Amino acid sequence: MAATIDQIFVIFANWVGGFFPAAWHAAVVDVLGVIGIVSVFPALFALTTVLERKGLGRMQNRLGPNRVGPAGFLQPVADGIKSLTKEDVVPFTANGIMHFLAPLVLVVTVFMGFAVLPVGRHMQLVDMDAGLLFFFAMGAATELSVFMAGWSSHNKYSILGAMRAIAQMISYEVPMLLSAVAVVMIVGSLSLPDIVSMQDQYSGVWPHWFIFTPWGFAAFLIFAIAATSESNRSPFDLPEGESEIVAGYHTEYSGFKFALFFLGEYLAMFALSGLGVTLFLGGWAAPFSFLSFIPSWIWFFAKVMLSIAVFIWLRGTFPRLRQDQLMNFAWKFVLPMALLDLVVTGIWRFLGPGWQQWVVCSLILIAAYVVMGRTAFAVKHFGPRRYRYAE
Amino acid sequence: MSGVFYFISAVTVAGALAAVLLRNTIHCALALAVAFAGLALLFLSLDAQFVGFVQILVYIGAVVILVVFAILLTRDSEAPNQGVYSRTWLAGLVITAAVFAFLAWAVLASLPGLPRRAVAPAASVQDIGNALMTRYVLPLEIIAVLLTAATIGAVIVAMHEKARSK
Amino acid sequence: MTPLTAYLLVAALLFAIGLAGALTRRSAILVLIGIELMLNAANLNLIAFWRYGPHPEFLTGMMFAIFSIAVAAAEAAVGLGLVISIYRHTQTTDVDQITRMKG
Repeated sequence: MAATIDQIFVIFANWVGGFFPAAWHAAVVDVLGVIGIVSVFPALFALTTVLERKGLGRMQNRLGPNRVGPAGFLQPVADGIKSLTKEDVVPFTANGIMHFLAPLVLVVTVFMGFAVLPVGRHMQLVDMDAGLLFFFAMGAATELSVFMAGWSSHNKYSILGAMRAIAQMISYEVPMLLSAVAVVMIVGSLSLPDIVSMQDQYSGVWPHWFIFTPWGFAAFLIFAIAATSESNRSPFDLPEGESEIVAGYHTEYSGFKFALFFLGEYLAMFALSGLGVTLFLGGWAAPFSFLSFIPSWIWFFAKVMLSIAVFIWLRGTFPRLRQDQLMNFAWKFVLPMALLDLVVTGIWRFLGPGWQQWVVCSLILIAAYVVMGRTAFAVKHFGPRRYRYAE
Repeated sequence: MSGVFYFISAVTVAGALAAVLLRNTIHCALALAVAFAGLALLFLSLDAQFVGFVQILVYIGAVVILVVFAILLTRDSEAPNQGVYSRTWLAGLVITAAVFAFLAWAVLASLPGLPRRAVAPAASVQDIGNALMTRYVLPLEIIAVLLTAATIGAVIVAMHEKARSK
Repeated sequence: MTPLTAYLLVAALLFAIGLAGALTRRSAILVLIGIELMLNAANLNLIAFWRYGPHPEFLTGMMFAIFSIAVAAAEAAVGLGLVISIYRHTQTTDVDQITRMKG
């Protein structure tokens, strides 16, 4: 019974595919998968917008939206109607085609990233041999849409915001890739369902998730910081900070195109959360072996919602980082820690099972963190102020 | 040849033509991104999945961004005052036509001698990793040194001179 | 016209277009764009020959293409750094005007 509910979407898709001739069966199942992705994740986006505004409101000692619907939970409907009926203002000197294409490119590449995420047992849209690489390739393609949006608007603030956003995204792409490579080293495969299957084992009651190992914990922290930065979320949201740069690269967008940008940004957050859950938090595997009767897709979405709750929590808690502090942090702290984490992962594998691997790896990582924190990021004593002018 | 191949090739060639013919340099860079995407699709149609995804990741995700940053830092996107084509454009065009004629003749003349096998080779990521660690480990290490040298070199070349003379 | 011939002709066409860009445009950055197109055309050639070649199990063509992509990325970085550096000296990216070593 539990297995049936677990596979209910797969069974349903195959049943619908059975009505079509055998040559079309696979295509029909794929189309149903695409319909599923395109309906579930934007619905999650709508829910997240209202949850974020209410969550941030409570953290800032105020109620969030509470007018539309019961306790304000129909706010996304009101937001949708507003976005669709607002006038679409395009600046006169803006580059028409690029201005139009930028949100489309963003949304298309982000949706393609969802194709490889294993949402449940046997529930990924495509099982590619190099699935993780495909996901990162789609993430890299979103940077281009950010530049297109910023430059085509022909607006100083847009181009500044776009440059900052791209610099931030490429700086944090490398630590993100390296922390994922640590997982790939242990699993031996780039295919995401394989990575989840390897975490689906239990020793006694405790799961074998990679976050519960020293190298996995460090890699997860690096991945979380990099993912927060890749999706331009607070505390790394200087490219779109309202008090700094109007609205950054989507200043000149209104109406439906702005809604597409908003959708693209949140979907990128979901995709990265989904990847983080798959790589480190066990994907669709249950936390304890006696909880395996709960369907796998419920566990996946529960973990993704937990990640989103942490993102919202971060946004309400930390002040914004300045751009040079951000890049400093990326290149001088996060990247060396990611490289060290790769070495530690190798040492973990080399020492083999036993207590040595836990002690040695934990000691190396903690020592590196403390040493780098004391030296590279010690409190600076400030001298007289030096002025640097733009040239 | 299938219609998909013709469509992808048409998109790629159109992107490449736009990349070398357009007036505004940033439009050229974005057309180049379209050409790279078309090439990635051609690699995927040749069953080279790994290379196709690496093409998107490296070329579209890094090289195009580099080109765009360079255009913005050198203010190349403003209208040039002397036209976009060099003084010697005709000679360049003649040389290009000659090169293409020669290459096309070489391909078409060797038509009977070219291999015709159509079985898809198996190139899983495991095989690539194995090959990189056994047969091609020396090129891998050399590439690592080359990339390090290129990174340091690019930073030094593009650094502000005032910072160096301190 | 075998599939291999079709891919080789497309690669030759892309190579010619890249060469045209590198030889006929004024801006140094467009010369670099032409060079990138030429490198990509060569990669397409390599992968096509790997796919339709006699020994695909050695992965030679694919390895060559991967290393070519890595080298091309490094060369683009250094080349663009040089263009930026030249712009700081001569305030122009026009290759017809950077003639300081002439004569």
